[in-house]
Amino acid sequence: MNPLHQYLLLSAMLFSVGLAGALVRRHAILVLVGIELMLNAANLNFLAFWRYGGNPEALTGIMFVIFAIAVAAAEAAVGLALIISIYRHLRTSNVDEVNKLNG
Amino acid sequence: MTWIIRNLWLIPALPLLAAGLGALLQRPQRRLAATLSIGSMAVAFLIACGGFAMTLGEHTERQVHNFPWFQFGETLLQLGWVLDPLTASMLVMITFVGGLIFIYSVGYMARDENFTRFFCFLSLFAAAMLGLVISNNLLMLFMCWELVGLASYLLIGFWHHKPSAAAAAKKAFITTRVGDIGFLLGIVWLYHETGTLLFYSDGAGCLEQGALAKLVAQTTVGGMFVSTAISLLLFCGAVGKSGQFPLHVWLPDAMEGPTPVSALIHAATMVTAGVFLVARMYPLFNAQFTTGLTQDSVLPPISTALQVVTWTGAITAVFAALIAVAQTDIKRILAYSTVSQLGYMFVGLGVGGPAVGMFHLLTHAFFKALLFLGAGSVIHGCHEEQDIRRMGGLCKRMPVTFTTYAVGMLALSGFPLVFSGFWSKDEILHSAMNWPVSKGPFILALTGAVLTAFYMTRQMWFVFFRPRTELSLGRGDGVHDFVPHESPPIMTLPLVSLAACAVLLSIFATPVWPWFDAYLAGHLSELHLGWSGDAATGIVMVLSIMAVVIGLGSGWALYSRVGDGEAIDPIEQRFPGIFAALRERLRVDEFYEITILRLSRIVTALSDGVDRFGWSACVDLVGFLTVGLAWMSRYFDQIFINSGFDVSCENLRGLGRLAGRLQNGQAQRYLRILAFGVVLLIVALAWMGDSSR
Repeated sequence: MNPLHQYLLLSAMLFSVGLAGALVRRHAILVLVGIELMLNAANLNFLAFWRYGGNPEALTGIMFVIFAIAVAAAEAAVGLALIISIYRHLRTSNVDEVNKLNG
Repeated sequence: MTWIIRNLWLIPALPLLAAGLGALLQRPQRRLAATLSIGSMAVAFLIACGGFAMTLGEHTERQVHNFPWFQFGETLLQLGWVLDPLTASMLVMITFVGGLIFIYSVGYMARDENFTRFFCFLSLFAAAMLGLVISNNLLMLFMCWELVGLASYLLIGFWHHKPSAAAAAKKAFITTRVGDIGFLLGIVWLYHETGTLLFYSDGAGCLEQGALAKLVAQTTVGGMFVSTAISLLLFCGAVGKSGQFPLHVWLPDAMEGPTPVSALIHAATMVTAGVFLVARMYPLFNAQFTTGLTQDSVLPPISTALQVVTWTGAITAVFAALIAVAQTDIKRILAYSTVSQLGYMFVGLGVGGPAVGMFHLLTHAFFKALLFLGAGSVIHGCHEEQDIRRMGGLCKRMPVTFTTYAVGMLALSGFPLVFSGFWSKDEILHSAMNWPVSKGPFILALTGAVLTAFYMTRQMWFVFFRPRTELSLGRGDGVHDFVPHESPPIMTLPLVSLAACAVLLSIFATPVWPWFDAYLAGHLSELHLGWSGDAATGIVMVLSIMAVVIGLGSGWALYSRVGDGEAIDPIEQRFPGIFAALRERLRVDEFYEITILRLSRIVTALSDGVDRFGWSACVDLVGFLTVGLAWMSRYFDQIFINSGFDVSCENLRGLGRLAGRLQNGQAQRYLRILAFGVVLLIVALAWMGDSSR
């Protein structure tokens, strides 16, 4: 088992934890936390493939990850703003109760 | 002076223009309407006088002006006007008498609110009659003839709020229409035979030698000449229009119109149209006589058509005079006297030719207009009273009306020497006596003359002479009592002018100077001073004078004892049955009621029944079938098509409901499904990746 597999496994576990959190948590903030975990799992994959890939000298992988973290920060800000707005609007942050888009 | 013949159309066009403009006027523009109508008549009179002057003189040829109207295929239809003594004398008479009647109407209709409309109709009436007189084409004559009928309908029914007036207007129109059917058939036949309807057209007209020779050369049903058959058909129209027996029934009813209209109908226009038609078509009526084709045969020298004309006229003359004896309405007496006098005119045409009949037409036009206008003046003065039994003693209260009326009455009765009626009637009697076929018309005409003098005396006595104690007149309600008064000058002036003419016209046809005969024949006459007639002329004259004297005398003797109040008529006392029958107008109307009208009602009921039960049933059946079909179609729609759609719609809706349940708005569930899908995808990829390897 080479180090790449270990990283990938770690990443997969991290993704699974994040997915589980996003799927089963009721509180909107915790759902957002789960999503952040999944994003970071993806970032970990990027780094692992870059580090153990064919051309580790070019800084492509780390550039991707830095971009992704920047975008994730922006996305977290937007997500938190949405959650606050929803809370103010509906007096709740329980995602089960936020079902205004049902058919 | 060809200007006049070319512009002869102006004479009818001017009154027509006045009628057209009058139709556009507002109600209050009375003065303008009257001015237009009277002015147009005055100008027309001047032109007519110009035309009349042209026909005087030594070499008066008939002048015609023809022009093409339209052409279809190879047939060229020509219209035109003709100026000959017949036309010219009629034109002068109509415009003069008509103009006076127009002037009189200004006074008579002064208080009528539809004054402008009245003058519009009057002008139309005059225009139609003038057009009829000048036309040189039977078709144009027929069109004007019908226009005359239309105008008379409008005028007789002028007070259409009265049901009797509306009914009289319809009666006049429909009764004359009966005769017009014959007239139209005659026109069609004539056109078929001769190929032209122009009277005179340089030898090609239907009244000229060529066409007439062709017409008398053929015979039709019953051995009649075609010319005779056509003449009789045309005469049907004349009978209807001129109120001859048996189509006279409309004329007395036409009294429902305003009095000036009665005067116009009875004197200048309308009824004279029939006489004029026969005079105009005289060559056709007389055709057998002139051609000489019948010299070998034993046919009577007078054509059948003229015999029919004569007998119709003679019978009508006595028939109507008899009825007039028992009437009590002042205008109705005059109406029957018109019918009777028209009979005389036809006798004159039949036995003596156009000159005799036309002269009586002209003199009659003047004195009958005079009598009607006088009657109108009496009615006006007596507050719309028309029953002579409620009048009386008017000779002092209405001196002008009385004098002029007396002149008219004497002229109508044929009082000797200075009244025109005497000479014109004398001429008819004279011709009738010399008639080779029969003395019947002469005797009938003489009887009629006695009766005429008699009933006019009766009327004069009742209206003017009878002493009256009570001063009240009117409808007898005792509230509106008033004294009868003389009419205003605008009404009496026409009376005086007409009275003067009724006397003056007599100089034109005395045996001493038979100017009118010669004038119509187209040459100048000489003045024979001294007695020029033979013994027969003298006998006729004596007989005619005797007839008048007997009539006047017996009338005076019988009625001068009738006093005030509504006493019983002396004749009624002696012969109540006959008098009642005469008063009922010999029940001709009732006879028509129970025969023709009942027949037409039965036919109406029959066709109504056929419509109602025959055709209506068919229509209903089709309707029911359609409705049944519609029901079927509707149920088919409801059961099959609608329910099919309903089922599929329901299914679609259920599907939608199911799909909607999936989308419950919970983001996490979507996410779960997404994750499940991703896992499935990974598994599939892994598995397929294995198998592909």
